Amino acid sequence: MTSIVGPASFKFFGIFPSMIFSFIIPVIGVGLFAYIMARRLAPLLRANPDNRFDHIGQRVKNLIIVWLGQIRHPRYMLAGVLHICIFFGFLVLSIRSTSLVIVGFSDGFVLPGFGGSLGSIYNFFKDYAATVVLVACIIAAVRRGILKPERYAVPEKYGHDHTAEAVFVLGIISVLMISESLFEASQVVSESRFTDHAHFLAPLSLVWIFRAILTSASQNVLQGLHIFAYFVHDITFFFFLCFLPLGKHFHVITSIFNVFFMRVKKGNIKPVMHGVTDEQLDDLESFGVKKLEDFTWKHMLDFYSCADCGRCSDHCPADAVGRPLSPRFITIKARDLMFKNYPLTGEIYKSNLLVEDIYTEDEIWSCTTCGACEQECPLGIEYIDKMVDLRRGMVDEGMVPQSLQKPLKALEKRGNPYGKMEKKRADWANDKEFKENHKIKDLSDKKSKADTLFFVDSITSYDDNIQDIARRTSIILEKAGVDFGILGKKEKDSGNEVIRFGEEMLYQELKEQNSEAILDTGVTQIVTADPHAYNALKNDYGNLPPVKHISQVVAQKIAKGELDLKPCLDPDKVYVYHDPCYLGRHNDIYEDPREALDAIDGLTRVELEKSRDRSFCCGGGGLMLFYEPEEETRMGVLRVNMAAEIGATVIVTACPFCLVNIQDAIKVAGKEGEIEALDFTELIEQHLL
Amino acid sequence: MTQIYAYIPHTNGVAADAALEFPSAAKKIDDGASVTAVVTGSGADLDKVAESMTSTYSQVIKIDNADLAYPNAEIVRKALINIIPADAIFLAVHDTFSMDLAPGLSVKMDSAYAADIVDFEGVDGTNLKAIRQELGGAVNIHVNIDISSGAVITVRPGSFAPVEDGSAGGAVEDKSGDAGDLSAKRKFLEIVEAEVGDVDITKSDVLVSIGRGIEDEENIEIAQELAEAMKAVVSCSRPIVDAKWLEKSRQVGTSGLTVKPKVYLAMGISGSFQHMGGVKGKPFIVAVNKNPKAPIFQVADVGIVEDILDFMPELAEAINDL
Amino acid sequence: MEILVCVKRVPDTAENEFELNSAGNDLDRDDLVYSVNEWDNYAVEEAIQIVDKLGGNVTVITVGDDESEEVLRREMAMGANDGILLSDDAFEGSDGRGIAAILKAEVEKGSYDLIMTGAQADEGAAQVGGILAAMLDMPYASLVNKIEPGEGKITVGREIEGGNQEMNEIDLPCVLSIQTGINEPRYVGIRGIRKVAKVEIPVKSAGDLGIDAGSVGESGAKTKRVDYFVPDMGEGAEMLEGSTGEIIEKLIEKLKAKGGL
Repeated sequence: MTSIVGPASFKFFGIFPSMIFSFIIPVIGVGLFAYIMARRLAPLLRANPDNRFDHIGQRVKNLIIVWLGQIRHPRYMLAGVLHICIFFGFLVLSIRSTSLVIVGFSDGFVLPGFGGSLGSIYNFFKDYAATVVLVACIIAAVRRGILKPERYAVPEKYGHDHTAEAVFVLGIISVLMISESLFEASQVVSESRFTDHAHFLAPLSLVWIFRAILTSASQNVLQGLHIFAYFVHDITFFFFLCFLPLGKHFHVITSIFNVFFMRVKKGNIKPVMHGVTDEQLDDLESFGVKKLEDFTWKHMLDFYSCADCGRCSDHCPADAVGRPLSPRFITIKARDLMFKNYPLTGEIYKSNLLVEDIYTEDEIWSCTTCGACEQECPLGIEYIDKMVDLRRGMVDEGMVPQSLQKPLKALEKRGNPYGKMEKKRADWANDKEFKENHKIKDLSDKKSKADTLFFVDSITSYDDNIQDIARRTSIILEKAGVDFGILGKKEKDSGNEVIRFGEEMLYQELKEQNSEAILDTGVTQIVTADPHAYNALKNDYGNLPPVKHISQVVAQKIAKGELDLKPCLDPDKVYVYHDPCYLGRHNDIYEDPREALDAIDGLTRVELEKSRDRSFCCGGGGLMLFYEPEEETRMGVLRVNMAAEIGATVIVTACPFCLVNIQDAIKVAGKEGEIEALDFTELIEQHLL
Repeated sequence: MTQIYAYIPHTNGVAADAALEFPSAAKKIDDGASVTAVVTGSGADLDKVAESMTSTYSQVIKIDNADLAYPNAEIVRKALINIIPADAIFLAVHDTFSMDLAPGLSVKMDSAYAADIVDFEGVDGTNLKAIRQELGGAVNIHVNIDISSGAVITVRPGSFAPVEDGSAGGAVEDKSGDAGDLSAKRKFLEIVEAEVGDVDITKSDVLVSIGRGIEDEENIEIAQELAEAMKAVVSCSRPIVDAKWLEKSRQVGTSGLTVKPKVYLAMGISGSFQHMGGVKGKPFIVAVNKNPKAPIFQVADVGIVEDILDFMPELAEAINDL
Repeated sequence: MEILVCVKRVPDTAENEFELNSAGNDLDRDDLVYSVNEWDNYAVEEAIQIVDKLGGNVTVITVGDDESEEVLRREMAMGANDGILLSDDAFEGSDGRGIAAILKAEVEKGSYDLIMTGAQADEGAAQVGGILAAMLDMPYASLVNKIEPGEGKITVGREIEGGNQEMNEIDLPCVLSIQTGINEPRYVGIRGIRKVAKVEIPVKSAGDLGIDAGSVGESGAKTKRVDYFVPDMGEGAEMLEGSTGEIIEKLIEKLKAKGGL
């Protein structure tokens, strides 16, 4: 009797060397994989440019935190932990899998350095890794195949269900784990019969269990199992490798790149074309994304990388209210189109207009650009820039809903979406009572000077119900000792939504006029009470003095002791702070408004479950107020209901659009009298000493 | 002496309301003018209308021809140019038919053309002074019409007081023989009736009618609630239908339905004449509008300057509390 | 199909608050913004859609001053192939008939199957289409809200009272005035206009058109604008004033009396 023979020396029926298979399988596997990858790369080579090689430090950091650290996964606890188990199991086992391929030519091969104690330690961990991965796969398969969380459901209009593919892959991974363990267990049992020392195996690991099962097996069975397990593993391994680029498991390969290249700046919008300056825009033949190849290569990589986990759509307010938009399917539909137009064999198909082919116009206009989807995606897939690029394409083709054409035209003619006259922009300061006590400097005529510009923006300037925010902001600034003035009729709409609705040239014009007017005043900082204006001036313009939101000013002045607030006037009320998307998610301002609220003595404040970077959009601002989407309910109504559920009686927000939407939603939800909406500036102004 | 010819629109043997308004308009042009009614059509319906006009007009001309059974503007024009004297003033009501007929008629008669006149201020030599509205009723404008070689003028329906004494005792003169060749390059095919909606706004005594002031589709609910409180029905102006917020069957106006309620609440409606043209029967009109200069306040009985989005819920609540 | 669309530059009712000047006889025009007449956009869109289907050319034309070129460019950015500006000091003050006479001179130089205008303008009288048709001896239909082109003929729907539609068959060439709602005009942004900024637009004067300057303009007009004034509000509604509560109280009393409650 001899010891067990490895795949490098084994001969089928005593004559046919199995090493031939050990050789053929990897050659075919790697060859096929290389071919598939080359085909998959084809569309990326035809895509538009994208500048993703900047901020290398930040990108490496993202790689460590988002990819390796899996930081976003535990936001969904069970699914996240399962994924982390499988992810790290794969990382650990990748070394083992590589050496196993070589074992096929060289019995007992170990990677350099893995011969001694490092090898033993590694073996200990990889045995557990395989076990944990198997257990995680079983739980995941039960979850996907039997419990079926709603998040993974595919509505009929978006195509077929993806459960089968998910369970199949979990099965493949399980086969890899089992075959690897059987390969090792059969060897360990056999060797223990010829040597004295008992081989140490990690207790309760898969190998350990298989060893226990196989203790009494005959040497022939062990030998057969050993070789069988090897080739099952070998074939499955290369099959899996080639299967990955065919579906949602492509992310196993692409995620590392996708995370490295993910967006590093927040709140901004990509240029119309990377490498083309604003001045050169007029020379471009076409604007935005009209056909598949108009996407940038990174956006195509996004499509490949989507794991179809549904987290984006689970947090998408448009999806929640039944608008015809689900970010997950923006990606899946594009990926399917890439697979269809760039098949693995044969000719590449010509692309059609995307909004007629796979998307609808309403789908693309339905996005409020709140950013919840991007915040959630564990792989760093982007949506806002794609929406904006698709809208740029539609605007260029004249495909703009009538309801949006009017405000866009008014913005072009009058610098505000309402078509109100420029000279009435500062009318809010002429309120009789206000005017008696407060004088607002107009910096546009250059006769007055101030350090700080209060940028009011259109809604706060013109909407009768919102003008109070302008007056209250002025009073707060005055009280806080800020020397400020306004641009008056020279101020134009900040254009935050103009660029986001794809009207790039109109945005450029507004930006130019505002920039010139602002820089002319010589101010050293800008303050606004409108997060949309804040975002545009800070992240889109990029040529202005520092910009602050009024909540930041208040929080800082309170911290310095330069602003004191009275005890709460309504201590019986329960306040909740609603994070505006353009203050929170796009600009990371979560604490300042909360600190300011908490500085009011005796104010009871509760937190929404969906708060901070998981805040739920109120319905959108700017031009979104003019768009009439198909929807079952309003985002604002859902938001008001969330606040009512936790017993809040006052929703405090720090954005004029949130205020409009939430006030309306309270009426629609029939909660007048139960709950009220209040702007941050109103609450603070009431409590000024 | 100024000769005035008034074109009488009619359907199913009944003259339109405007038929009674021309004498007042004519009087404002020239008190001493002779006024002749002109009725075109065919058969018994025509006779009925022509006969009914004799109580208002001392002279009535009828032109009877099978080709005139449906008022095809091109054919009517051909008939009229052979009958109306070249230097006469031809009056029509500013409706969808005369928009087809009148501009071309003025060319063929080689006379002046003025449309949609809301008032006349008399003749001075060959110069007729009249008033029009422009820019959606935001401003009025005086116009001078040179009537030396006649004029074709359309007047806004409802702008001149109807004459109801019916003592003219006129006679019908049949000028069908003078009509001449009535061949045309345009052929009338059929009328496609507007779809009938779920609610018949023409049957309701009280209408809560909304316009642009409603701002948003969702706010229509606020109007519905007020209508419920008043046991009324919601109707609307054209922009609301254009925005597809309500069905066409809810639209009041010349391009929508004509209603005759007892009480008409115009909520956030500016009051263009195209809209008010659909409000008949002299209802009690309440207008609520943010803009104190809205033209609706000229035609309403009661005016309130408020934002309807705030006002309507409060009114509904007050009514529910009664 | 060769289509000519007549357009007009007007003060924009949506983006203006109309006020009289200090003399009280004209609009305060300092702060007015102008754009293409809303109805004309529908006409141009319809023309483009017809040409997209059947082939041909869309030409836009206007009578006006230098600034009117802006509206031609906007319509060309929508997709009209050519623009023609008819401009001459002699044209100023023309009435509808004068404008139509100027247009007629140019129309006769070309060969058009279909001529369109907007049904009306906020500043106008819904007249030019009808007058032009009669001058050209072409058949005419106003307030058109549906077009189905056929062989040498065209079927059109007219929007008439009661929201009904009057269907007609008209021989080509003809003149149509287009009502809003017939289509959804496409969007034109700044970029679109810039793209056609360098396209040459011929400008034609009275001399080029062979028009006797005396027959058009102020001197040829039989209907002349005199002065603007604000409608008298005197006989208008009884305005209810006071707090909202007081107003509602008064209103409810009145509604009760009139059978509204």
